[in-house]
Amino acid sequence: MALGVSKKEKIDDLAETAGVSLAASAWKRLKRSPVFIIGAVIIGIFIVVSLLSPWLAPHDPSDKMLIDQVVKARNEIPPAQPGHPLGGDLQGRDFFSRLLVGSQQTLIVGVGATLIGLTGGLILGTLAGAIGGWVDSMVMRLVDVMLSLPSLLLAFSIAAMFARPSQFTVILAVAIVQIPVFARLLRGSMLAQRHSDHVLAATALGVKKGAIVFRHMLPNSLSPVIVQSTLVLATAIIEAAALSFLGLGNPDDRIPEWGQMLGDVQNVFDTHPHLAAWPAVCIIIVALGFTLMGETLREALDPKNRR
Amino acid sequence: MALLEVRDLTVVFQRRGEEPFRAVDGVSFDVEPGQTVGLVGESGCGKSVTSLAIMGLLPKRGATVTGTVTYDGTDLLKLSDKQMRDKRGSELGMVFQDPLSSLNPVIPIGIQVTEVLERHRGLARKEAMIEAKNLLDKVGIPDPNRRLKEYPHQLSGGMRQRALIAIALACRPKLLIADEPTTALDVTIQAQILSLMKELVQDLGTALVMITHDLGVVAGLCDEVNVLYGGKVVEKANRHPLFAEPRHPYTHGLLSSIPRLDAAPGEKLTPIKGSVADNIPWAQGCAFAPRCPNALDVCVQVTPAEEDQLGRLLRCHNPVVPGTPAAEEVPV
Repeated sequence: MALGVSKKEKIDDLAETAGVSLAASAWKRLKRSPVFIIGAVIIGIFIVVSLLSPWLAPHDPSDKMLIDQVVKARNEIPPAQPGHPLGGDLQGRDFFSRLLVGSQQTLIVGVGATLIGLTGGLILGTLAGAIGGWVDSMVMRLVDVMLSLPSLLLAFSIAAMFARPSQFTVILAVAIVQIPVFARLLRGSMLAQRHSDHVLAATALGVKKGAIVFRHMLPNSLSPVIVQSTLVLATAIIEAAALSFLGLGNPDDRIPEWGQMLGDVQNVFDTHPHLAAWPAVCIIIVALGFTLMGETLREALDPKNRR
Repeated sequence: MALLEVRDLTVVFQRRGEEPFRAVDGVSFDVEPGQTVGLVGESGCGKSVTSLAIMGLLPKRGATVTGTVTYDGTDLLKLSDKQMRDKRGSELGMVFQDPLSSLNPVIPIGIQVTEVLERHRGLARKEAMIEAKNLLDKVGIPDPNRRLKEYPHQLSGGMRQRALIAIALACRPKLLIADEPTTALDVTIQAQILSLMKELVQDLGTALVMITHDLGVVAGLCDEVNVLYGGKVVEKANRHPLFAEPRHPYTHGLLSSIPRLDAAPGEKLTPIKGSVADNIPWAQGCAFAPRCPNALDVCVQVTPAEEDQLGRLLRCHNPVVPGTPAAEEVPV
């Protein structure tokens, strides 16, 4: 009887924390975290603004309504004036409206790239983690190669391969760069699941391989991937802005985009720094919001922090 | 013919750059239909590996399984992966040690019970849910409709183990292997789970292989007991003679180390000295010799053979003389 003592103690430890589910206890801790709330408020405002921007914007962002001022003053940039709180841009379009509507592109690119990257990463990670063996080795070598290149450089190269840059090529380039990050993360937690007790128990019940992977291993492996998604949203937005800044983004400048707005004003940066400062600040704040959320989410979902 | 005939089962673990490890070394035993057989021994004696080998759950790489495991006339070790998957859960059930980690934390209990019913009995989800409710009822989980919707962490330890038993018995297997089913539970719950298992195997006529280090469990449940040490059966006997007259010094030591209610106050328990540790324990001499109070010179030189002594099998050069004070049966 004495032989069972150590095992029993281990179980008692588990039982103490077992009363509340991981998600519920994580949410409880998140609600109390001021950092998470700041991040959530930033992202909440960002999402609301970008969804409502067509109605919030005082003017059509592609309407060159102040072009007269630009021509008259010999390429002078229209300053702030009644009805145009931030003035106009190089082509006489209302800068404030462009900034508001630009959030939409940022949201689409960020979410789109993250979703595509997540999907790709889930497929590769599941293949590697569930099948193992040579499939695992192949996938992981591919992942290693991709991770060995600087992510921004890789994104530039992919975006530059397309003959005609568009919003979609930006999304794709940024997404492909994120795939190995997700794949490696998922594969790691799938491997841990493969040797877990409940997977062994399911195997002992004759559950088929597919059901074991998709019902027992995958759902239990997702929490690090969910955390990573919020962090990837931040990097995806920054990388997409960087691509647009370098002219690898959507060439159609009727639809404003923050990175592109930054790139357009490179030549007048010393005389009109506000044209660069506004989109830059927006990008930084949104990226910061996602990072704050992601970091606090990671801490909240870490079983070691459970109280 | 016995329902399960295990003959000369040997499991060798081989890791690159390491000595091969003989976890199970020529274990043989029979399980008759409806019979309860105990495999007893301390950690590392090979009892869990034996059960995993029978179920075909050992990793293909690194573990070599030899011998035969004949279930109902077919050698399980020769079946393909797919044939074995069809047998597991439907004809061979298994209950594991830790009920919390053996349940999937992200799926409600109900789905985990219906999963096996859908898989092996081809029931639709709705029929399976009704059956699942009956099963939970049968294993004594109160308010089964509510429990079916709950997650494993919302159940108590005892209820989780009841749920696992319900899952294992869902398809009415002819053979149930229980690997330390009560180790993770506290004493009162242990007793409840054991009497539940006893009741269920009697009702359903299921044969039970009970793997445990706890002689109390054996005393309350098993018809026949195999005592394992270092991967070999050292003593095999029916329950009553084993408890009344343990012959192998290891069995004797195990029984003497049980705390007893009728012991004099302040009396110390008699532990078995040392611990199990060797790669090939039976290569030369008796594996138990270094810890054995009865060890002779011959014990460290010659590996004892299995001998039939009046209806019990014994692997010992110098067995305990009948009548040496030992523990009595421990009632459950």
